[in-house]
Amino acid sequence: MIIRLSKLIIIASAALLTACGEPVARNQGVYMLIDTSGTYTQELDKAQQVINYTLAKMNPGDTFAVASINTGSFSEKNIKAKVTFDDRPSVTNKQKQAFQQSIQQFVDETRPAAYTDITGGLLQAVEFLNEKQPGRKTILIFSDLKEEIKAGYNRDVPLQLDGFNLVALNVTKLGSDNIDPNEYLGRLQDWQSKVEQSGGDWRVVNDLERLEKILP
Amino acid sequence: MTQLLESLPLWLWFVLALAALFVARNPVHQGIFSLARFFHQSLRLGANAVAGAEQRLQERNREVLLAAGREAAERHVEREFDRIEQTMKKELAQYPALHRRLCEQLTVIDEDYVRSAEVPPEPTNWSKAIKAVAEIPAKSDPVVGDVLETIHHSMRKAEAKALEAYRESARERHQLLKRMMPNWRSMLSTLGRVNKNVESVLSRAKVLDGYMERYEEIQQGSDRALRMLSSSSLSQFFIAAFVLVIAVGGALINFHLIARPMTEMVGGTSYIGSFKVADISALVIILVEITMGLFVMECLRITRLFPVISALNDKLRLRMMWAAFALLFFLASVEAGLAFMREILMQEDLAVSAQLRGGEVEAATSDVYWITTAAQMGMGFILPFALTFVAIPLENFIASARTVIGLLTTFLLRALSVILRLCGTAALRTGSLLVRLYDIVIFFPLWLEQKYTRWRNSTASAVAVEEA
Repeated sequence: MIIRLSKLIIIASAALLTACGEPVARNQGVYMLIDTSGTYTQELDKAQQVINYTLAKMNPGDTFAVASINTGSFSEKNIKAKVTFDDRPSVTNKQKQAFQQSIQQFVDETRPAAYTDITGGLLQAVEFLNEKQPGRKTILIFSDLKEEIKAGYNRDVPLQLDGFNLVALNVTKLGSDNIDPNEYLGRLQDWQSKVEQSGGDWRVVNDLERLEKILP
Repeated sequence: MTQLLESLPLWLWFVLALAALFVARNPVHQGIFSLARFFHQSLRLGANAVAGAEQRLQERNREVLLAAGREAAERHVEREFDRIEQTMKKELAQYPALHRRLCEQLTVIDEDYVRSAEVPPEPTNWSKAIKAVAEIPAKSDPVVGDVLETIHHSMRKAEAKALEAYRESARERHQLLKRMMPNWRSMLSTLGRVNKNVESVLSRAKVLDGYMERYEEIQQGSDRALRMLSSSSLSQFFIAAFVLVIAVGGALINFHLIARPMTEMVGGTSYIGSFKVADISALVIILVEITMGLFVMECLRITRLFPVISALNDKLRLRMMWAAFALLFFLASVEAGLAFMREILMQEDLAVSAQLRGGEVEAATSDVYWITTAAQMGMGFILPFALTFVAIPLENFIASARTVIGLLTTFLLRALSVILRLCGTAALRTGSLLVRLYDIVIFFPLWLEQKYTRWRNSTASAVAVEEA
């Protein structure tokens, strides 16, 4: 009888352990890059709208960071606000309110930058999210995707974007794009191939009325 | 192999194959028949085994059903005896007082009756003397006339006095009779109550007779009792299942009430398997509440799921009941608190969402806010107690499920047995069919064989005739 009972306990324990398995991270990490170069700073209100939407979609345990794209974006200084939400929903709500205030301050104080270092920002985003190890990694790029690197900055660095979802938001057309649309399409194509070759998933969302497409 | 096949023409191969099949006809027939018989017998054996199992299961079901019915009938009889006992105890305990009151009332009535008896007035002794004086012949004598006049007056006065006395006496008697009325009414009422109790006991006795008859039928194991019990079990099964589904709905609502605020207590990011720890905690709380409810019902002897609890002595059982009730009350209070917390969290969420949308943040204390809060708290507190009553349909479900599962299994076994028998017969017939098909394939050699046999027989008979 005891032997049978022991066998039963062993089988039940094995089944339980199998069911538990390796702990799976179910949280998500979102890193948003905001272009602050030139005239694109006029789009910051829209960026704020996206940030608010993303904040509303965040759950306890998720990570969210907002960084600016300027002359040299591969720097922690570019991260304007970051937060990992608490386990408790009530604390999460307070963190969201505080985050929103930080963003408001960033929008108010931002000055246009001379160059657009998108690749540096991406490298910083990858580093940040890899460190946080969330279950899903998303990088939102709020930019016209026109990269201008200052002389002397080396951005010929391979990106490791395996497991990353990249969403380009509000990719506005420049004056030259209107003259030659191939320039715009070519820019988008270049970024897509660059991201996909690095193992990432690429999407473009220009319609900010349909923000539910941003986050899965 | 291909070379071997191509070494001879196809028709030759065909002829060779026919010849081979013809030569091997008898062994092949035997083989097919043996195989068919093997399958037939194996399947029949299987069918017999399944039928035996079905028979045993049916017997077992019958025993279980009768045992359950016997137990239920015993409970009914026991309950009726309890009721009769309570009635008798209640009424018989009052019987001495009732008897004394009836005796007192009867004595009072008797006394009043005696006092109200009419006593005829005594005739006056001097009336005869008056009669004699009245019969004196000298009526014309004025002296006699005066005497008679005086006597007449006296008589008149005496009559008036007697009449007055009689009337007084009659009034007194009427008063006495009137005083008897409440006593009569009281007696009537008392006797009516006694009659009602007796009728109640008689009706219970009739019900008891019905239960006893049913119990006897079950004891005898009659088919009628079995049919009744089976039908009763099926209806009980469906009714209990229906109520349990409703209870599951209640438990789900309860779960949603407390799952959200549980994240405040245990965190919203921990998982066990693919389930949130907060959800599991909420579920565990509800299950513990249901368990406490089961214990309360068990301690009250409303259900009999745990024989150990029923077997406890009354004092311990009562203590256990109070302990379970206290835990249930505590958990219900916790749920009410969590429901309140849920409302606060929802208001916070709404406020944050509004702020993120850039809208005005509404004040949390609106006019109707307290209604939803109170409703949620009320539901959080009441639902655990409501779920307590799940114990009753659960017990019925478990008891009837045993019968229903038994019936279903019996049906399945019977169906399996029939299918196995059919397969066995089909195997046998397939064997015969295969033999016929085999013969059709080699019909030409068979035909030749038949021709040859006939020719040989006819030749043999001709030789025999010549020899004769």
